[in-house]
Order: sequence, then C-alpha cells, then structure tokens
Amino acid sequence: MAAQPIPLVAWLDVLPVLLCIAGAALLPLLNRRSALQAIVCGVILVAVLASDVALLAHVLADGPLAMTMGNWLPPFGISFVADAVGTGFALASAMVAFAVLVALQGGAEAVAKRAGIYPLLLLLLAGASGAALTGDLFNLYVWFEVMLAAAIGLVAFAGGPLQIEAAFKYGIINLVATTLLLAAIGLLYGLLGTLNMADIAMASGKADGAALTAVAALLVLALSIKAAAFPVNAWLPATYHAPPAAISALLGGIPTKIAVYALIRVVVMLLPTARETLGPVIYGVAILTALVGPLMALGETRLRRAIGFLLVGGIGIALIGIAQNHDLVLSGAISYAISSMLVIAGLYLVAGLIEQAAGAVDIGGMGGLYAANTPLSLLFGALVLSLAGIPPFLGFWPKLLLLQGLIEQADWPLTFTVLVNSLLTIVIGARLWSRIFWRPRAEPVAQARGYGGAVLLTGTIVLLGLAPGILLQTSLAAGRLLLAPAGYIAAVGLAP
Amino acid sequence: MTETVVAIVAGLFLAAGFYLLLSRALLRMLIGVVLIGNGINLMILVAGRLRSTVPPILPTAAPPANPLPQALILTAIVIGFALFVALAVLATRAWGAFKADTSDDLRSTEPRVIVARPPLEY
Repeated sequence: MAAQPIPLVAWLDVLPVLLCIAGAALLPLLNRRSALQAIVCGVILVAVLASDVALLAHVLADGPLAMTMGNWLPPFGISFVADAVGTGFALASAMVAFAVLVALQGGAEAVAKRAGIYPLLLLLLAGASGAALTGDLFNLYVWFEVMLAAAIGLVAFAGGPLQIEAAFKYGIINLVATTLLLAAIGLLYGLLGTLNMADIAMASGKADGAALTAVAALLVLALSIKAAAFPVNAWLPATYHAPPAAISALLGGIPTKIAVYALIRVVVMLLPTARETLGPVIYGVAILTALVGPLMALGETRLRRAIGFLLVGGIGIALIGIAQNHDLVLSGAISYAISSMLVIAGLYLVAGLIEQAAGAVDIGGMGGLYAANTPLSLLFGALVLSLAGIPPFLGFWPKLLLLQGLIEQADWPLTFTVLVNSLLTIVIGARLWSRIFWRPRAEPVAQARGYGGAVLLTGTIVLLGLAPGILLQTSLAAGRLLLAPAGYIAAVGLAP
Repeated sequence: MTETVVAIVAGLFLAAGFYLLLSRALLRMLIGVVLIGNGINLMILVAGRLRSTVPPILPTAAPPANPLPQALILTAIVIGFALFVALAVLATRAWGAFKADTSDDLRSTEPRVIVARPPLEY
C-alpha cells in the first residue's frame, strides 16, 4: 500500500491529547498566577470539548477514524484510532474535567488558589484521552502511566499528612498494577509479534490458546486493580476521600472508568478467544463487585468513603458487559460506565459542598442542612436517583439496555445483580439523604459556596436523561464495532 | 539457551520484588517495586527474542537484532524511574508527618478505631 498524506480530518484524532499536553506545558510558564492559569485552562478545556464533540460526530457518521504517527504504515507506526467507544469515554472525561475546573472557581477550596493544580488536571485529561483514543497497546500503557503520575500529584496536592499517606498507598498499588500491565503487554508482544490493536485483533484468533489465556489473565488482573474490581478494590475507598472534594471528583470520574474502557477494549475486541475461557471468572467478579461495593457503603459513615464504595459497585455493573456475551449488554455496560463518570464526579462535588456546609466529614456530625441548603439536597437527590437508575435521569437508560439484553439472554443471576445493586443504591442514598438533610440539628449550619461544577454536572445528567439519543446511539455503535471489529481494522489500513 | 537463562533471571527479579513488596516497611516496598520493574524489562527483552547482536540499521547477511523491545524498555525505564522517585519523596514526607516507616502505622485514611458509631436513627 502506497503512503498517502494524512488527511486533514485525521488530525482530530490527536487534537484532544495535543491540546492537553500543550496546555500542561504552557501553564507553568504563567508563573503562579493561578487566576490566569484557570482562565487559560478553561479555554483549553473548551477547545478539547469541541474537538471531542467534532470527533464523535465524525465517528458516528463515518465510522472509525485512524491516524498513524509519521505515516509509518501500520502495524509499524503508532496509531491513534477514534471509534465510538473511545471517543465517548474521551468526551465524558473532558466534561468531568471541565466541571471540576468550574467547581474549583468560587468554591472554598484552598487548593484552587495554588498554581500547579491546573497543569496536573490537564495532564490527567491528556492521559485519559490518550488511553481512550490510542490504537496501540504499548501506547495505552504509557497513557496509563501519564494518568497515574498526574493522579499521584493530585492526591498529594493539598500536602497534609492524610493526603501524603493516601498518595503513597495509591501510588504503590497503581504502580504495581501498571507494571503488571506492562508485563502482560510485553508477553503478548512475544506471543503475537505486534502491538497494534487492529493487528492483535486479527492475530489473536490464530495464537496458542493456553498461552493467550494466561497473558489475558494477567492483563485482566492488572486492569482490574486499576478499575478497583472486587478482590483488588480496597485501595480506592482508602484513598479517594483524602484529597479535597474537587480532586476526589476528578479521580472518581476519570481513571477507574478509563481502566474499565481498557478492559472492554482488550478483552472483548482484542482477545475474544481468551474471553471465552476467562468469562466465568469475570462473571463472578462482576457479581461480587456490584454487590459488595454497595453493601460496604451501607455500613460506612464517612460520606466520601461511602461514595467510594458506591463507585466500586458501579464498576461491577460495567464489568457485566464483559461477563455476558451479548451486544445489548455490552452497549448497556459502556453507556453505564460513561454516564457514571458524570454521576460519580457530581456526587463527589456535592459531597464537598455538604462537608463544607456541615463542617464535618462523617455523617455522624451532619444533619439539618435542608433549611439553609435546599438546592444541595435537590442536587444530591437527583444524583443518587441517577446512580440507582431511576427515570428520567441519565442512569436509567444504561440499566434499561443492560436489563433488556440480560432478560433476552435469560441470564437471571446478572439480572438479579443489576436490580439488587439499584435497590441497595436507593437505600444508601435515602439513608444518607435523611441523615444529612432532615435529621434535626441544634448548632447553626453554614451556607455552601461554589455550586457551579455540581450544577453543571447535574444539569447535564438531567438534560441527557431527557434526550438520551446521543448516548444510546454512541454505545450501540460501540457495542456493534467491538464485537465485529472489521470496520476498525479497515480504518487502520490493515486488511482483515 | 541465553533466552532460558535471561528468563530465569527475570523470574528471580520478580520473585524477590514481590517478596519485598509483601513487607510492611515502606523502603522495602519501594525497592520491591524497582526490582519488579527491572524483572519485567528483562522479560520484555526475552519476549522480543535474543537472536543476534547485529544492529538493525543496514542490511547485512546476519539477521539483525529486534530493536522494538529495546525501545519499549527504554520508555518503561524512564517512566518507572520517575514514578519511583515520586514515591520515594512521598515515603520521606510520610516519615516527616507520622515518624513512621511501616504501613502498619499509616492508618489515618482508614482509622483502626471507629470514632463515630453508625447512626441508629433513620
């Protein structure tokens, strides 16, 4: 195949990552002027959002869009491939990052005044967008490390003893996870002789089944640690409550869901033969994660730790898409992961406002916030209902797809898991809500400041819940393409 | 032959690394992470086949060495070292904050003693 110049539209593939990295390099030059940094960061994030939206529109209209670095034709060069699933996750990441930027302004968070948080925010988004858009497995590992480096910095950012300790724990466990990911990718390269995702999707069917399953198991373990699936989830609730709430929202929204994305991409699209063998394991992990998370949240009294456990439960629901081989279930899981990025980030932001108003982090010290902070109770209620999957909020549609697919397959254990997870989420939400807002309280309540980010996210969730077409269209296209990746392989320039 | 030897060495690195990682001392955990990283780098070198030492630049009669694993390892070394240094700084700061260098004594994110009992009303 003769090399042709890269078409202009293909540059859209790298634009989100390019803008983030350029911004992260530019911001430190503004030398501690945090107000100016916030404005420049906002301009960059709007540009990233615009390019993600343009990319999604292009991908939904014309199918996957590939660009290979330096036009070293695949499988030799590193490819970036935007398809429906990757672009969906990249867009949701950018939305979370933008909402967190808004939440940092006008809020009571002291960290917002410190220059340095904005470059880290952009680097985290660069890692997430890169991981979602890359078409090369080793490159995926590099983006995970970029995301990890930024996340360690963000957890430790406030600099108190609590944050230092959380950052160390977070850093060690996630560094081990990415190192295992590197090992699995190295072994996969030794087995198949290629790192290009499209090439792997073609070659994996012919490889030695036993060796491939072993490598896939290592990949699944590494990515499950990053996603906080059940037996390896203990690090998440231990660390995500330590940094300031805006940073919790950023971490709760982006990195774990990108790990879920990588799991779906690798297991479903790249290694379908290994998926058949590993299926029962993932099936059990999905059920346990979806039930253990909410059960732990039920017994938790620190608000943001409880949200961390709810996050873990949501990871289990998203893993159902891998556990059950059905296109509707896969689409449901993808749309669930994307929607819960927004919902969990929103919950963390609202939790920050609640802590600020109540002056406590434990629900034992909260209560009586309803009179002084009525809007807060509405935001919290809407987000909890969305997480549980109650119409008309965004969380309803993914669960509808999941249940429709699972009932079609007559898979009653997973159907039951989804329903029990929703029920437990409502119980937890109702308990927290009545405890935080309705319980009588003698001492006066402060008024929370800095609603912007939480209102933005909740508004998006309500709007998208009323007009779910775009999310459903994206996830249905994503599910179809992941199960039959001929279009993806052709877009990269390889013949299936 | 060489591949077997290097594979066994990589395995020893990994075993030693995971043994150290199971320790409660932060410093040992850090050294364990470094050993695991290096063991995996060796593993990638073997995965790319150790068939020759001829540089893959000009066409020669002998088969050239595979350059790709070396590029991968270089990337992994740089990233691994940077993150190791960041974690070493955090371990030092943890010593400053808690006067503790074992994970047993780092319990502020997960309090051992539950201060507030779960509320009974509602």
